[in-house]
This record gives sequence, C-alpha cells and structure tokens, in this order.
Amino acid sequence: MNLSISLTVNGVRRNVELDDPRVTLLDLLRERLDLTGTKKGCDRGQCGACTVLVDGRRINSCLALAASLDGADILTIEGVARGSELHPVQAAFIAHDGLQCGFCTPGQIMSAIGLIEEGQAGDDPERVREGMSGNLCRCGAYSGITEAVLDAQRSLADAKQGRAA
Amino acid sequence: MKNFDYVRPATIADAVAAAAEPGAVYLAAGTNLLDLMKGGVSRPARLVDVTRLPGLDRIERLHDGGVRIGALVRNADLAHDAGFARSYPAIAEALLSGASAQLRNAATVGGNLLQRTRCGYFYDTASACNRREPGTGCDARGGENRLHAVLGWSESCIATHPSDFCVPLVALDAVVEIEGRAGRREVALEALHRLPGDTPQQETVLEPGDLIVALRLPGDAAAFAAHARYLKVRERTSFAFAVVSAAAGLRIEQGRIREARLALGGVAAKPWRARAAEKILADISPGQDVFRRAAAAALAEARPSGDNQFKIELAQRILVRALTLAATGTPERVPALPASPFSSVAGALIDA
Repeated sequence: MNLSISLTVNGVRRNVELDDPRVTLLDLLRERLDLTGTKKGCDRGQCGACTVLVDGRRINSCLALAASLDGADILTIEGVARGSELHPVQAAFIAHDGLQCGFCTPGQIMSAIGLIEEGQAGDDPERVREGMSGNLCRCGAYSGITEAVLDAQRSLADAKQGRAA
Repeated sequence: MKNFDYVRPATIADAVAAAAEPGAVYLAAGTNLLDLMKGGVSRPARLVDVTRLPGLDRIERLHDGGVRIGALVRNADLAHDAGFARSYPAIAEALLSGASAQLRNAATVGGNLLQRTRCGYFYDTASACNRREPGTGCDARGGENRLHAVLGWSESCIATHPSDFCVPLVALDAVVEIEGRAGRREVALEALHRLPGDTPQQETVLEPGDLIVALRLPGDAAAFAAHARYLKVRERTSFAFAVVSAAAGLRIEQGRIREARLALGGVAAKPWRARAAEKILADISPGQDVFRRAAAAALAEARPSGDNQFKIELAQRILVRALTLAATGTPERVPALPASPFSSVAGALIDA
C-alpha cells in the first residue's frame, strides 16, 4: 500500500511516498529525508532525544505516525540556525555547558525552544526543570541545561522587546 | 511491528464503520498505541486515524454551567485553558502531573481514557498475561507486584489503570459521549472501565466500532473549584506514573464541608471513586480526625495483591494530605511540581 504525504520540513515542502504505513516521523526524518540531527534514543517516548516541533509544538517524533501528519509543518534541529548564526538556545547550551556527549542535545534544544514558546515556565528554574523532564541526559548536564534555557529565554525576550521598540 | 492497513476517514460515521471490523483500532496521537505496537503487545490489522474528524477538538461551555470537551483536545491545551483550569483546578493539576510536556502536547482526551495498563507483564510478550492473552495466566501474581492493585483485583489480573486525568474526572461525575453502530449514547466515566473479574481482556464497556467523541462535566462540578487538589506519589519527581494518587474536592460553606468528592488512582483497574469516604465528609467541619476516618473508609475493602500492603497505608496518607491541601484552598496557580508531595520551595506547605 502506497501512501503519499506532503510535509513542510524546515521551511521546505517535501512530498513523500510511503511504501509502508509503519514509518514514524522520526524514521522518516532520519532514514528517508537524511535529517539525522534528530536522534533515536529509546524509540518509546521516554527519553526525548527525538523531540521536534510539529506545527510549533514539541512532540516525540518516535511516537508519531508519519502518515497521520500529512500536511504538517515540521521543525528539526537542522532548521533552527540562520545560516552560520546559531539559534539563541543553541548558543546558550554552548555558553552554559548544557551538554557533554551531545547525543540528547538536539532533543534538549528542540524541547527548550518549545518550552519557551509555550510561555508557562517563566524564570522559575523549578518550572523549567519540570517542563524539561521529558528529556533525559545520561551525562547529567541538567544544571547547565536549566541555566541555558533560562538564559536563552531572557535573550529571546530581550530581542523581541528590541524589535518591538 | 506487525503491518496494518491505514485509513483516515473524514466523518464519524465512516470512522465507526471502519473500526467495527475485526482487528481494527482507532489511532489518535498514538502515544500509547504506537508504543504497544512496537513491543508487539498490540497487533492491530487496521488503524483508523481519527485525527482529522471534524468538531472533536473544542472545549465548549454548556448552558447548565458544565463543560464539554472534544475527544481530540490535547492534554496540554485542556490543562492550559485558563477558564477550564479555573473551574476544574484538580483536573488541570492531574493533567500536568502526567507524562512529559512532549507527550501532553500530543496525547488526546479520548486516548487518555483508553490508555492501557502499565503492568510490566502486560508489556512483556514473553510473560503470561490474561489481559493481553486470555487464559494464559498472570505472571504478576508471583512477580514484581509492589505497584499493583489493592482494590477490585481478581485472581486473573492485578493490573492498575494508569491515568491521572481520570481520577479527578471520576470524582466530578464526568460523562463520556460515545458514537457507535447504534448511534450516540452516554456512559458515566465511572462505568466506562471494567474491573477484571474473570475477563480482564474486556477493559471497558465499549463495543466494536464505539468511538469516544466527547467528555462532559456536569454543572455542579465547578462548585469544588475553591478547594480542589490532586496529589500523586511517584518513584521519581516528574515523568512517572502514580504509585498512588488522590483527587479531593470540597464544597465548604461557613467553615463546614457541605459536600466532598474523592477518588484514588493507581489502586485498581479503574479510577476509584471513594463514595463511603465522601459520606463521612458530608456536612462536617474539616479536620485531621475526620480526614483519617474518611481515608480509612476509602480503603476499607483494600487487600494486597502481592508485595503491596504498603499501598493501603500510603493511599490513606495521600488521601488525608489531599484533603488537607484541598481544605486549605486551591493555589492561585498549579504548583511548579504539579501534584507533587515534594517541593523544593523552602517552607512550602507541601514539603515532605
């Protein structure tokens, strides 16, 4: 059974022929569109390494059936920088040592971008930690991650205010 | 994962017809179903994708003061709907204490109700499980069972229902709207899930093709908003299922409890309404002694199904704590650690 779907991935429209309905969004990105920045950790929705934004919301791409997302707008780690200019969340992870081995980092960064967009955590580190609890880091870089998220949130808010002024 | 046919109907009638066929199941976000399919626990022949069905993603206020929640409303959207959270704070808190932000962004209201047990033996296809494969036995009985049921279990099955959301819902008399082959009908949420008995594979009262289209809260459910909490003991601070949880809602007038609503999670194969405890709390002044009496009544029928005697005492303590917090008053905003008995805020009431 062939399924034809269309997705916007990092701003580019992609038409995909699915020869198998079992393909998850994660496998579609990695195996068919060669976007390997999104990582496969547990593949069961427990680690968050596969986090991407779908229509602006962070989700686990390992538990999303690609066929069901026909027409969706997907943002992955490959699409967040502007050319050579890092996204403020990427820059903050580097500045605060929010990583060690780096495997969970694309998922952490996409989750952080989603969290900041949701606007629920504010500047409360406890709310940031709770809001990031779907992303495991086995190197234990959590304190740097929390600082990075808080810092990036401030710089994004400043930039927004700067634009509005 | 076993291969399957994928269909995406455009109308509810087409969805019901497609899902009434043997081997067919509904797919919404898939956060539980895909996980089960990857493990070979669920092996459907057909997925009926309901995500594009029209009109199922709305939160509507009703004339009687109640609310109707479409089955496709996402958990995060419901929890963060300001009007909803103000009227039903314990439900918002329960939702935010469940899963992770990513999963709450995807998971739907209908899917939450129909999520399967998290019993490890149900998930392990090499283990005997009457719920997954009727007649094979129950390896949980002699296995790792400290998290299993203490109420309503049978020799066939000691699994629990994992939902947080369902616990305050059942306390507040939520009703489920179902579209089936014979048309529309309604079932009280309390009657949706079955206790295992000799047929644990029959988890709900739903028939083939039945589709949950909405959830309704009656007009009087918002009367508990000023004194409503959900409390959940987990084995880690966040992103874990309940060991035991409790929802408590009090209607307090002139310092007296006029009416109480109580339910427990993590103790049975369904969200467990504690009516005997509610009776004890009707028309009485709030206090530790009466809370303890109510908690004892709630667990009066409980018995361990294995290495889980501790859950009977734990559930009573969590009920007392939930009642104490509810009597103190609903916080302005859901706490940073929703439903947690722990808090890193120094001096906070809910410090353990």
